[in-house]
This record gives sequence, structure tokens and C-alpha cells, in this order.
Amino acid sequence: MSRYFADRAAKRLVFILGVSAFLILVLIAVFIFREGVPAFQELGFSLFGTKWYPSRDAFGILTMLVGSVVVTLLALALAIPLALGCAIFLAEVAPSRIRQLTRPAVELLVGIPSVVYGLVGLVVLAPLIADISGQGSGSSVLAAGIVLAIMVLPTVTSISEESLRAVPPQYKEAALAMGATQWQTIRCVLLPTARSGIIAAVILGTGRAIGETMAMVMVIGNSPIFPDSIFSPARTLTGNIALEIGHATGTHESALFATGAVLFVLVMLINSIGLVVHRRMAR
Amino acid sequence: MDLKIQTKNLDFYYGEVQALRRVTLEVKEHQITALIGPSGCGKTTFLRTLNRMNDIIPRSRLEGEVLLDGQNIYDNGVDVVEVRKRVGMVFQQPNPFPKSIYENVAFGSKMLGMNHSAVLDEVVEKSLRQAALWDEVKDDLKRSALMLSGGQQQRLCIARVLAVEPEVILMDEPCSALDPAATLKIEELMQELKKEYTIVIVTHNMQQAARVSDLTGFFLLGELVEYGTTGELFSRPRDRRTEDYITGRFG
Repeated sequence: MSRYFADRAAKRLVFILGVSAFLILVLIAVFIFREGVPAFQELGFSLFGTKWYPSRDAFGILTMLVGSVVVTLLALALAIPLALGCAIFLAEVAPSRIRQLTRPAVELLVGIPSVVYGLVGLVVLAPLIADISGQGSGSSVLAAGIVLAIMVLPTVTSISEESLRAVPPQYKEAALAMGATQWQTIRCVLLPTARSGIIAAVILGTGRAIGETMAMVMVIGNSPIFPDSIFSPARTLTGNIALEIGHATGTHESALFATGAVLFVLVMLINSIGLVVHRRMAR
Repeated sequence: MDLKIQTKNLDFYYGEVQALRRVTLEVKEHQITALIGPSGCGKTTFLRTLNRMNDIIPRSRLEGEVLLDGQNIYDNGVDVVEVRKRVGMVFQQPNPFPKSIYENVAFGSKMLGMNHSAVLDEVVEKSLRQAALWDEVKDDLKRSALMLSGGQQQRLCIARVLAVEPEVILMDEPCSALDPAATLKIEELMQELKKEYTIVIVTHNMQQAARVSDLTGFFLLGELVEYGTTGELFSRPRDRRTEDYITGRFG
């Protein structure tokens, strides 16, 4: 009798915990959108305008949307080749002793607080870029892209490596036994077979990149303008919220929540695309 | 009958564990050589030394010689990729790539840089015919190889090896995952293939060795206990241990 009771109670508990995790997520989403509604009502499509001057009641976030997307794309362009190379090295090429050193090192990178990445970017990278470009402080899309690339590198590397290692060893043996070189085996068998895992890794990295805030605020310059080159400053959606929420009221505050809502939709979109691609590949 | 492969005093170690002890054996051209013995006797290890597939095992070590047409394949300067092109391998579990039937067979040629589609078509058809699979799959070459039955998959793997035009085909218990009908097909196929190729097969199935092979070697605890024509070995074994094994006293 009591055993059945414990069993039922445990079931209920797990159910409640599971539902509440989901509910919390829904509530956050509802809250963000509700707080953003006044801005949507008041501003309409001018919310997606190009001018952000809170003091003159201009709340257009298009520049920040572009800023976020451009920085993320740049970071991915830098990070994907590096991460793939690193994953292939760790999974296939590295002697086990080097692997035992390198893998924890890569994973350790995840644990470094993003403010530290931002600091290094600000102190080391930005001056270097200022020297090269000969303009401004070096706080720029390029600096942000590089810092972000380093930040998503461990995520993309370790998930790609996992999916490479998950390729059944028989495939590798089959290719080798036919006289494939190690590189041919990697290129023609391992990479195609691990493709869906690698795509998942890239999408997770993208999600991380788009959501990154602190390091971006520190190295991107934060001007709400369209960047006209990689040496130009810009502002991200996340940075916009972090910079201004402390002193915003009324429509300004609501516009920041609307920024959050747009960010939310963007991340959802990326994840859905990822899911669809992942499923299609798996078939 | 010409010699194709000759091993001389072959020792093989996995770390500290010795898996092969002074194995000396001759594989004759256009013959089927079967290797039998209980699990863990070293027959698969031995097979994999013949195309250097054991190279990829960390901390393994080999002593002795494996001569392919008189040339030691473990000599410095021998290209392992070249060796494996000449000595192909079929594995215990059918292992087609998760690609189409066509792509599986064309894989080796594409790897070698052949991109001419007419030539590839020809290679694919020829290899599938040789592997006695063409009639079953000719209408859906674009289908995933994983949709085939186990026996078809194994013949596809044989076709994939044939497409690279090897001289020797090593088979590591190729029928152990197959049903009797599929096994029979593979065995018939082997009789066809031996006209053009030299075959070495590892099997734990003594009836299979007796049915298909010309020569049989019996392995026990890493040693080649007895090696001779299949008829002799099964009807008049010279060694007591061979007799005990083939009469089913252990194994």
C-alpha cells in the first residue's frame, strides 16, 4: 500500500517539476512580450526603424538587429573552420597524450566568464585593431567577431568532436581497408556521417553567439549605427538592453523589452531551423 | 600454384599480450584459404596483419615478415595505402556506408580521383555483377544501402571491395551475421571470385571451411597448429589438438 503511494507520489512530483520547468519558460516569454506590447502599440513599424534616440523618442532597433546578425556571422565564419579543424584533430589525428591535454583545455574555455573575454578583447585586441585600421579605439565589429568566435569555439569543437567520435568505427575501417588515406577517410566518410551533429554544434554556437552580452558591450563600441566596415563600431540587441535598462522608463523601457522579444524570436527561429535541418539530415 | 602471400615467424602483441606466435603460412594464388579455431585464437588478428589493418590499433607491435608477391609489406618505405588497395577486406558485420548503393560501390574509384560518370557507371555495374547483386538492385541504385537485407549488404561490401580491383580479398567471418540462404549465396560467390582473386577467409564455422576452402589453417592460442589442404586437415588431421577441435571436443 505505502509502496504504491510512494510510487504515485514520485510520479506526481516528477510531473509537477517537469511542467513547472516548461511553465517558467512560458511565463518568461509571456512577460517579455507583455512588457514589450506598449512599445509595439505606440511605435508600430517604426520600432524596426533605423534611428535609436531615446531622448527624442526614436526607438528603431534595426541597426542593432543588423549588428547582432553581422557579428554572429563573422564569429561563425571565424569559428567554424577552427572548430572543425580542432574537432578533427582531437577525434582522429591527435596522439592520445596530446588529446588528454587538449580536450580539457578546450572544455575549460567554456568556464571562463564572458567578462574576462571582454576584458582581454578590450585591452589586447582593440588597440591592435586600432593600430591596423588607424581609426578610433579599435572597438569594432571585428573585435567583437573575434572575441565571440573564441567564445563559441569550445562549444562547436566539443559537440563536433563528439559526433565525429560517434561515427561507427566500421565505417572508418571499411574506408581504410579499401586503401583510403586518413584524410580521405575523414573527408569522405567521417565528416558526411557526422554532418547532422556538426550542424547541431554550429546552431548551438549560433544561439550562444547571438545571446552573448557582456563581452559584446565591452568591445563593440555600442554605437547604434549600421556598421559600414568590420572596423566600424556597432551595437547588438543584447547590448542595447544591458546598456539602457538601468535608466529607462515608459516607452523607452517597453522598447527595450521589445528588443528582448525580437531577440527571443530570433533565437527561436535559429533553433527551429536547426531542428528541421537536423531531422532532415537524420533521415 | 604460385605463392601470393607468405608470412614468416609472425609475432603480434596487443600491449604486453602476445596474440600471435611465430606464425608461418603460405597463401596460394587463386585458392581459398580458410582459417579456423576457437574464439580468441588469433585468426582474425592474423588476417588483419595481411593488409596492415592492425596498424591502427594503439600500442600494438608486430615482428616477422608478411610477403606479398615476395615483398615485405612491413618494410620501411612500403605505402600502406597501396597495400590495402591490393589486399581488400570484408568485415564480420556488413558495413556499407550510409549512402546510396551506387555511392558505396563508386566510393573507391571516386577516392582515386575518377569523376567521369560513364566510367563510374561501368565500374559500379561490373562490380555489382561480380558480386551477384546487380539483378537485385539495378533498378534502384539510388536507394540507401542501409535499406538492403543483411546478405545484400554483405554482397554490396564485396562489390565495393571489387571495384578497387584488389588482388587478394580478406574475409573476416563474412557470414556470421547472415541467415543460411544468404550464407549460401556468399559461398557460391566465393567460388566464382577465386578464379580472379585470392581469398583468405576467417570462419568459426568448420562446415563452412570444409565446404568452401582449398586450404585450411587451424589456430589455437595464437599458434598455427596445422595447415594443409582442406580435405587432408578434416579427414586426416596430423595434430591431436586439430582432431579434438574438428571433432567438436572443444571450441
